[in-house]
Amino acid sequence: MTAPVPAPGAPYAYAQQYTSPIPVQNTTLAHALKSEWTKIRTVRSTVWTLSVMLAVVIGIGMLVTLAMTHSDYVGAPLLSGGLFGLMLGQLAVITLGVLVVTSEYSTGMIRTTFTACPSRSRVLTAKAIVFFGLSFVTTTAACGITALINSAALSDQKVPSSAYEDSVMRDSIEAGKVVAHGGQWLGATVGAGLFVALLGLLSLAIGTLLRHSAGAITAMMGVVLLPLILALFMFAESMHSLRDFLIKYSALNGLASMYRIPMDGGTSTGWPGLGLLAIITAIALGGAYAVLAKRDV
Amino acid sequence: MIELQGLTKRYGDKTAVDHLTFTVRPGVVTGFLGPNGAGKSTTMRMMLDLDNPTAGDVRIDGKHYRDLNEPFKYIGALLDAKAIHGGRTAYNHLLCLAQSNRIPATRVAEVLETVGLSSVAQKRSKGFSLGMGQRLGIAGALLGDPEILMFDEPVNGLDPEGIHWIRNLMKDLAAQGRTVFVSSHLMSEMALTAEHLVVIGQGRLLADTSMADFIAMNSRSYVRVRTPDPERLRDALAAAQITPVVTGDGSFEIEGGDPARIGELAAKHQLTLHELSPQRASLEEAFMQLTADSVEYHAGGHLAGDPAGAVPVTDGAAPQWGAGWSGGKDSTPSTGKES
Ligand SMILES: Nc1ncnc2c1ncn2[C@@H]1O[C@H](COP(=O)(O)OP(=O)(O)O)[C@@H](O)[C@H]1O
Ligand SMILES: [Mg+2]
Repeated sequence: MTAPVPAPGAPYAYAQQYTSPIPVQNTTLAHALKSEWTKIRTVRSTVWTLSVMLAVVIGIGMLVTLAMTHSDYVGAPLLSGGLFGLMLGQLAVITLGVLVVTSEYSTGMIRTTFTACPSRSRVLTAKAIVFFGLSFVTTTAACGITALINSAALSDQKVPSSAYEDSVMRDSIEAGKVVAHGGQWLGATVGAGLFVALLGLLSLAIGTLLRHSAGAITAMMGVVLLPLILALFMFAESMHSLRDFLIKYSALNGLASMYRIPMDGGTSTGWPGLGLLAIITAIALGGAYAVLAKRDV
Repeated sequence: MIELQGLTKRYGDKTAVDHLTFTVRPGVVTGFLGPNGAGKSTTMRMMLDLDNPTAGDVRIDGKHYRDLNEPFKYIGALLDAKAIHGGRTAYNHLLCLAQSNRIPATRVAEVLETVGLSSVAQKRSKGFSLGMGQRLGIAGALLGDPEILMFDEPVNGLDPEGIHWIRNLMKDLAAQGRTVFVSSHLMSEMALTAEHLVVIGQGRLLADTSMADFIAMNSRSYVRVRTPDPERLRDALAAAQITPVVTGDGSFEIEGGDPARIGELAAKHQLTLHELSPQRASLEEAFMQLTADSVEYHAGGHLAGDPAGAVPVTDGAAPQWGAGWSGGKDSTPSTGKES
């Protein structure tokens, strides 16, 4: 044994304490963001789920557009075809949002993460920002590409005179042509991207609360799909007000409204729905912060 | 330095950790010994603020873990070799940890080199053997070049080469003046690596002593005697005021006996002896004895009192270590200890 080590039983006070040459400074959210960005880009599930999302949104978007080009007049807003791919594609974003947190619990990585950064709220904030940013950018890109395809393929439709009375088309026909104005472009790209990224963020919060991948994914699928499925089976007259409520406030209707084809036949632009989703997500995230701060890892 | 003060953790009715008070000091390997389920891992999780104590407090260099900026520069821990996302490569796993503590990326390659994983740096850790996972965990603990290192049962499941490597690593780290705190359920392992020993059983402190003292106190020596004529031997011993213990196989064990004296005694009485041998109980036995006692105390409801049982809690702290410290054992000025 070498000199600095005291013999067993020798007074410990003489031991020379080790001092690291690496200086200690304050870490900030920026360091946590960097770390979470490395984490999210270095696992296959991220690459896979986002690739699936891109393929589904753009692929189905193209198929839908192709089918629409067979008729002279589609009878739907110019960019609305993008909805169908995104209805499936959003499930990939939801899954990724859940997995960003729950995969750390299932692997045990979460302990290492909180050992590296004991501020749990900082970890959650970093995860939320990185995930939200990434899913917003990729979803908006996918929606943007689909919108461009729709616009290019369907802008030379022959508008029949009856179309002018169609409430769905009220803002979409100009000088005898089917057009999409700025608000529609915004809704079908940034609006849809925000909506899906927010759903993903809600999934991340639910994943944090539940800690189990399967449970959290199931819960989120339920949130997204169940209201509409339930509404489908509400035939009885007495249930119509509940049915209309479920349809109006379902997540899918929120998304459809972004494409100006709301399922309740209303005139919503989708932005109020987005606001509602943002409020729900904020509440769920608040719960996630509170639980995370108290819970044993 | 890690200071525990009355640290307690209850899971429902079960008390996993029961009023632990001790200090882990720099420059030595401190062994944290206890049978499975004694509460070692729970204690370590509370040290890292992963689990919240039901009562009591842990401080790392005077601070709570959660208040440490860049904690990896104070303390590196290996709690569980599997606490790693298997889908990430070894390099990327360490990189994300380094970034969160503002440690330069060049350090990642260094620690990979230290633990001998450079050749698999770009491989996903999913395919790693237990030993490789353990090394990757240790690489993470070393990232910040911390002054305190904590390992929970690091040799479990390793091959002899891996065990040898870890033992030497711990000794080297302590020799550099670092605090090394390592848990095990094997006395033999502790005897090889630790200089100081903290023993717990059923979550309670049983001993806090230097390894040398523990060995001195617990190596029970006795003389084993075997004879075809046990009745006469017993009488002869009784006449000399020696009370033997008769074991299951009929041999006698004489606590603290002197083999020369017993041999002469037998010769005087013309007794045939088949065996006359001085024996030392192993440390493993001493440890089992110690922890078995804790179970008895528990059943008897003696929660307070001398927690060490037969082994006194010896404290090698010079008074300045205990300054500003109240209520704990450390506040009693050390009587000084020879070894
Ligand atoms: N999360 C938990 N919930 C309930 N009981 C637990 C939990 N963690 C540990 N325990 C119990 O606490 C006791 C101590 O466990 P542990 O700290 O793992 O012991 P050791 O590491 O010494 O083997 C055990 O009886 C164990 O069953
Ligand atoms: Mg354990």
